[in-house]
Amino acid sequence: MASLIGSAVKRKEDPRLLTGNGCFTDDMKLPGMVYASFLRSPHAHAKIARLVVDKASQLPGVIAVFTGQDLADKMTSVPAMWFLPGCDLKPKDRPALAVDKVRYAGEAIAVVVAKDRYIAQDALDLIEVDYEVLPAVVQQEKAMQEGSSLLHDDVPNNLALLWKAGDIPDQVFEEAEVVVKERLYNQRVIPNPMETRGAVAQYNPGGGELTLWCTSQNPHIHRLIYANVLGIPETKLRIIAPDVGGGFGAKIATYTEEAVVACIAREVKKPVKWIEERKEHFMATSHGRDEVLEVELAGTKDGKITALRVTNTANLGAYLSTFGAGCPTIDFGLMVTGAYAIPQAAVVTYGVYTNTTPTDAYRGAGKPEATYQIERAIDLFASKIRMDPVEVRRINFVPKESFPFGNAMGVTYDSGNYQLTLDKALELFDYQAFRNEQEEQRKKGKYLGVGFSTYVELCGFGPSAVAGAIGFQGGVWENSTVRVHPRGTVSVFTGTSPHGQGTATTFAQIVAEKLGIPIEDVELVHGDTQSVSMGWGTYGSRATAVGGAAVSIATDRVIEKARRIAAHELETTLDQVEFINGQFTVKGDLTRCRTFQEIAKSANYAWNLPEGVEPSLEGQSFFDPSNFVYPFGTHICVVEVDEHTGEIEIKRYVAVDDVGRVINPLLAEGQVHGGIAQGVGQALWEGAVYTDQGQLMSGTFMDYTMPKARFFPPIESAFTETLSPVNPLGAKGVGETGTTAAPPAVVNAVMDALQPFGIHNLDMPLTPEKVWRAIRSGRDNG
Amino acid sequence: MANQVEVSIKVNGVDSKAEIEPRMLLVHFLREELNLTGTHIGCDTSQCGACTVLLDGDPVKSCTVLAVQANGKSITTVEGLANQEELHPIQQSFWEKHGLQCGFCTPGVMIAAVGLLGENPDPSEEEIRDALEGVICRCTGYQFIVDAIKHAAQIMAGEEKVAMADSLKVEEVR
Repeated sequence: MASLIGSAVKRKEDPRLLTGNGCFTDDMKLPGMVYASFLRSPHAHAKIARLVVDKASQLPGVIAVFTGQDLADKMTSVPAMWFLPGCDLKPKDRPALAVDKVRYAGEAIAVVVAKDRYIAQDALDLIEVDYEVLPAVVQQEKAMQEGSSLLHDDVPNNLALLWKAGDIPDQVFEEAEVVVKERLYNQRVIPNPMETRGAVAQYNPGGGELTLWCTSQNPHIHRLIYANVLGIPETKLRIIAPDVGGGFGAKIATYTEEAVVACIAREVKKPVKWIEERKEHFMATSHGRDEVLEVELAGTKDGKITALRVTNTANLGAYLSTFGAGCPTIDFGLMVTGAYAIPQAAVVTYGVYTNTTPTDAYRGAGKPEATYQIERAIDLFASKIRMDPVEVRRINFVPKESFPFGNAMGVTYDSGNYQLTLDKALELFDYQAFRNEQEEQRKKGKYLGVGFSTYVELCGFGPSAVAGAIGFQGGVWENSTVRVHPRGTVSVFTGTSPHGQGTATTFAQIVAEKLGIPIEDVELVHGDTQSVSMGWGTYGSRATAVGGAAVSIATDRVIEKARRIAAHELETTLDQVEFINGQFTVKGDLTRCRTFQEIAKSANYAWNLPEGVEPSLEGQSFFDPSNFVYPFGTHICVVEVDEHTGEIEIKRYVAVDDVGRVINPLLAEGQVHGGIAQGVGQALWEGAVYTDQGQLMSGTFMDYTMPKARFFPPIESAFTETLSPVNPLGAKGVGETGTTAAPPAVVNAVMDALQPFGIHNLDMPLTPEKVWRAIRSGRDNG
Repeated sequence: MANQVEVSIKVNGVDSKAEIEPRMLLVHFLREELNLTGTHIGCDTSQCGACTVLLDGDPVKSCTVLAVQANGKSITTVEGLANQEELHPIQQSFWEKHGLQCGFCTPGVMIAAVGLLGENPDPSEEEIRDALEGVICRCTGYQFIVDAIKHAAQIMAGEEKVAMADSLKVEEVR
């Protein structure tokens, strides 16, 4: 039998999705269901002087209209859940609906409930609002200045947090042979899963149970927070994430709209549906990144990096979002030294409130920014000392003998072989041939460039004790129950709630392989707080490394129990029973055997169980890893820049990723492709643009460039497998490799191409206009 | 509501009559009136293509067509690509080549691909990528979508048919 783990098994979830039989939140239809629409502020910063809903309430078909005042005693504001200690954090909750004051354009101030969505929209137009517009602050450095308009009266300088880690005496930089200093901007991006957010809520007035179907990456976290917000016990709130149409971080956060929908379902005593429109998604769903990174790198003339210090001025938006405090601090700060053995490092992060949409995790969350600054700094350093950027990387890599490796920021990389991915990538790429070609082409006025990114990520959150130490208000373990039915088919309950990753397939591969049964006999159960005991979410590339590990251990426990029953039936001792390919046999006597299915029946019928063995066959695991996992790799991008138009064409993209054990290479490669598309998207096209008054200019797909098929050449993907010692699968995580690695690979490539023009740095996105202006002026950043 | 009008639209081969508001979008007609929820809504500016259906054989964005404009016409949605027991070659290819992740954009992308293959049965890689201009996928980076469409073209040329039951074959470890 071929090994299932490591095989390109087709996905179990696909036939439903391919035939239009998926069930996304908007596909939910309940008897008597009504529709909610939110009225949103057109201003970024304003006092609500007058809000009158009478005309809207009177429109035929309208069931109710609620303002923030109306909900004041029915639900609370929605808090964040990462309260980082030691940084003077001033958390500001999202109000259910804004009362008195709005703090970003798109903030909800009222909600209409009507019998269909067309009427609900009509009613929004009948709500009368008078605003007193206040000066807005949009850019984080300006927002921190004395005299800037304040979002929250008790947050001076709009400074939500100031986090410092590590300390390097100035002397180290003053005395260094070489110092590279650069200001980089990791721009604001908008996650844009193809399914926007949405919620359907149903209330049972008899028992007080509330069921909320919503687009969530972590239904149990939503239950944890919303139960409190709604003032009901967790036992009365059931959250279901049905099919979820992508997340990319945007569906981690606990927002106000979902909680408001649940609250008003309880008020109107009818099922209520709300589906976010795309224009609402742009304004009201968390954004990512928006960090000004000032990096200073010290090194020697022969290429050794001796110290690194970084200041991150991060735009948190108008309120503190769920993981908002953690992304630019822990997630970013602990990884600033990247894949390199840099002896000293220090980070300062300012987190600033502004009149913009709150920011939170976006595919990678902190690690892409950390990777961006170190990978850009390495290239600037290489350029300054006139050394090949590949050579600088080689000189500074954490050597493979040094793992587990404690980096200068105090985290321990589990395992790695950075040189291996670089070597493999160079082999696929043929570096020397490219440099020759580049030189030839330059003579003809064609500008090619190559960029490298040798990244490492921090993924697979827990351990839970670390989560506690860094102020995360929850655990980060995962659980699984593997339940064997009497005929030997298996239901696997997992706290991991997927949204496109194919977890129902990869986890089934793990179980089917271990039990020696057909994969068709294994079904995953996920995404429902009523059927799964707990789950801490699908983010940070933790699904397989933590959730999959729990599945693996729970399956081992099934085998352990089944073996006892088999030994009893085969009238032998435990140590004489072998379990191979779904058969329990007595060592040396293959005729004495029981199939897994036979034992499943025996266990469930319980007619003849050994002494002390309880009926049924079920294994459970609550897995809290001992460390994070650290995927790594090398990405190489080749671009051609058109001198006359500033247009950039990606000529080649080579990705060699090491994500530990690969469960399904087809799905892993799919994750790599998708991540790269988003990472290249950030480098070249995507970017949220606000006016000084806080109007989101890039608020539709017409104004915000989503990557399209024709923007890319085929991606050349390969893997190396360095197992993680942290979990029994040896898995590390693959979801965020592309968004982490690609932006610096692309920008480094463009800077390499622009080297003849004397340009060293341009901020993302590298739009044709920006590049064209730089070429014309010969200056960085125009 | 006032101003209800009657429409008669053939959807996936079945004549469907309904009294609707003239302003009702075709996508809402399909989803709300006929419960054909395989056609999705991903944006409000006709950019994402998740709602793409065939109207008299041509791909259209059903969020940008009023239901009354489809009166008397024929619509094919993802539910009508095959008979729900067998897969259409495009569905089969998306499955085999991993052309979908979250599956939200997929119905529209497959319909757009069917439109392309109807016009051009043997498209090049570049032609496929250009033909996907009207759809957005955030998950896949498009590469396996392109592979799937190439594969579908091959199957359709050879008229190979595969039942859905032929599932989950384990391929060789690469």
